[in-house]
Amino acid sequence: MYEGMVTARRYEERLQEEYLEGKQPAFDISAGPIPGELHLAAGHEASGAGVCIHLRDGDTVTAPHRPHHVAIAKGVDLKRMTAEIFGRETGLCKGKGGHMHLFDPDVNFACSGIIAQGCPPAVGAAMAAKKRNTDEVAVAFLGEGAIDQGGFLESLNLASVHDLPVVFVVEDNDWAISMPKERVTDVTDGSQRANGFGLPGVRVDFDDALAVYDAAEEAVGRARDGNGPTLIEVQVHRRMGHFMGDAEGYRPENDVERASRLDSIPRLAEDLRKRGVDDDGLEEIRTRAHERVEEAIEWAKEQPEPKPEAALEDAFAGPPEGAAEPPAAAETDGGERSDGPRITPGERSGSDGGEE
Amino acid sequence: MAQQADAAGRELTMSRAMVEAIAHEMREDEEVFVMGEDVADYGGIFGSTDGLLAEFGRDRVMDVPISETSFVGAGVGAAQAGMRPIVELMFVDFFGVCMDQIYNNMAKNTYMSGGSVNVPMVLMTAVGGSYNDAAQHSQTLYGTFAHLPGMKVVVPSTAYDAKGLMHNAVRDDDPVVYMFHKRLMGLGWMPSPAGPKTDVPEEPYSIPFGEADVKREGEDVTVVTLGLHVHRALEAADELSRTDGIDTEVVDLRTLKPLDTETVVDSVRKTGRLVVVDEDYRSYGVTGEIVARVAEGALSDLEAVERVAIPDVPIPYARPLEEAVNPGVEDIADAIRATR
Repeated sequence: MYEGMVTARRYEERLQEEYLEGKQPAFDISAGPIPGELHLAAGHEASGAGVCIHLRDGDTVTAPHRPHHVAIAKGVDLKRMTAEIFGRETGLCKGKGGHMHLFDPDVNFACSGIIAQGCPPAVGAAMAAKKRNTDEVAVAFLGEGAIDQGGFLESLNLASVHDLPVVFVVEDNDWAISMPKERVTDVTDGSQRANGFGLPGVRVDFDDALAVYDAAEEAVGRARDGNGPTLIEVQVHRRMGHFMGDAEGYRPENDVERASRLDSIPRLAEDLRKRGVDDDGLEEIRTRAHERVEEAIEWAKEQPEPKPEAALEDAFAGPPEGAAEPPAAAETDGGERSDGPRITPGERSGSDGGEE
Repeated sequence: MAQQADAAGRELTMSRAMVEAIAHEMREDEEVFVMGEDVADYGGIFGSTDGLLAEFGRDRVMDVPISETSFVGAGVGAAQAGMRPIVELMFVDFFGVCMDQIYNNMAKNTYMSGGSVNVPMVLMTAVGGSYNDAAQHSQTLYGTFAHLPGMKVVVPSTAYDAKGLMHNAVRDDDPVVYMFHKRLMGLGWMPSPAGPKTDVPEEPYSIPFGEADVKREGEDVTVVTLGLHVHRALEAADELSRTDGIDTEVVDLRTLKPLDTETVVDSVRKTGRLVVVDEDYRSYGVTGEIVARVAEGALSDLEAVERVAIPDVPIPYARPLEEAVNPGVEDIADAIRATR
């Protein structure tokens, strides 16, 4: 768990450095080696690591638009994920998804750039597991800014009424972009949302990875044993702006300081020391994590950019093996067309239109 | 005509034909299931799932809470997990409640994942007016769904087509939006015109997507349409044949994505005249798209163009108002005459 958290933290630090290359001194969101928006999750590591450690490859995770720490905890291929974030051909999604839309079917990981909208598909994955009589579970991660969304509340209800093996994990970092939590809800403890839907709600305060571990162990076990969904809200802290380039003019200075003070990683290190892990042991973990991150970033940067004509592929599934050619009369919209438009990299605009 | 003569004279309503295809696919594949509002005990408000509960039980024919975002999105999740859900959105007008799941997840996940994730689900929904249910329950919205990339869009006009297209929809590895017109379903409380009840073979058969069907051959003018208005166009064509001696060809698109441009263009090359009839809004819709495709493919053959569609107003309630905006047989006949 500690190694996963340290890996995620180092990964975010390195992405930040790479992202800013070419975007200074004048900030241009589409410039540099990493295009588009970048939402970092430094300060959220305890929730991803504490929950996903209880999951297997066959379990499904849907993450929100701040997904890296969850992806790393779920075991998403780090090199291909990094290549995707750099917009490369060998990325997880061939450069068509980007950092908010990472898909790794090998470990059943998906994410969405739209607030709370990963919740219904997680319910569907749980529905599939129940229909197939497996003990697989699904976990939907979302931010506290999403707990007023219909998609989330409807999902709690549907999961509850059908006793589906889902765990909803709300990461409460107090901020929905520039909107402080107290200005969007009068409910301090978001896990109370569970009360209206007949499922258990648990809140874990103080960025405590071990407490997340315990709460998730119970919730995942409950789901796996066929006893239905659970809502967990985890207090985390946002150590950076909402997105890279966010000047955070709305945020009080002491809030930034507080996020740093309550950091979950030194807290877990202290817990581990108390349990007899010495500093050399912790340093060894850190070194290993840093090397893994460096390797992924170096590999990603060496990967080729996708060919412009690939923009016209993958709107639909490929034909099944052994399928006949489509009838000549039918024009396959969205598929490959030899006379289709060509998009050159220079014509692309910077933002992918994801949720800001 | 694609109507099969070997159907042994067994006529079905469109809803029975759809249910027959769904039931067959459910028997063949345990991963196929149906989910939606009132699809189990009620059998679907428009009869689209009638009788399935008795054979397949509640695990595979699931009534769900009235919360379209969650259950349409759950369909996406189940499809991504490898199942083949058929999800009913009761009225297409309700798409606004759950559009994010439809066009940001269902339609885009295959592309955004670089093809590593498939979403083999059918989103089945009722469209159309002509029964005075006003602006929130009478829209057709073909253009909205066909405009957004990543989903296939199917619009049957007969029982024969409805069954073959449904078999294909369930077997397809992509999200398919299957839009059935309420007035074609053969419901006791909403009488259908004569056309949609057709001979339907008992055995399964598949109608590929992207193949328009020439429902009536003619030499003088091409009418391109779909859904309910295939039958209105056929009626107008028969009338004009008697009264004006105009020989009208009626092309039924059957699928909007993929679109069979070739059949449309070939027909216009033959007749030189094009009328497009659509129950959707006029602006930025099917009529504009078809005219554009014909202009791209057969500009020099094109002598006249007419469009018949809902003028850009919400669907009104009162009978004379709705009749004024919904293209009728006479509107179509007038448009055909106007191309001469």
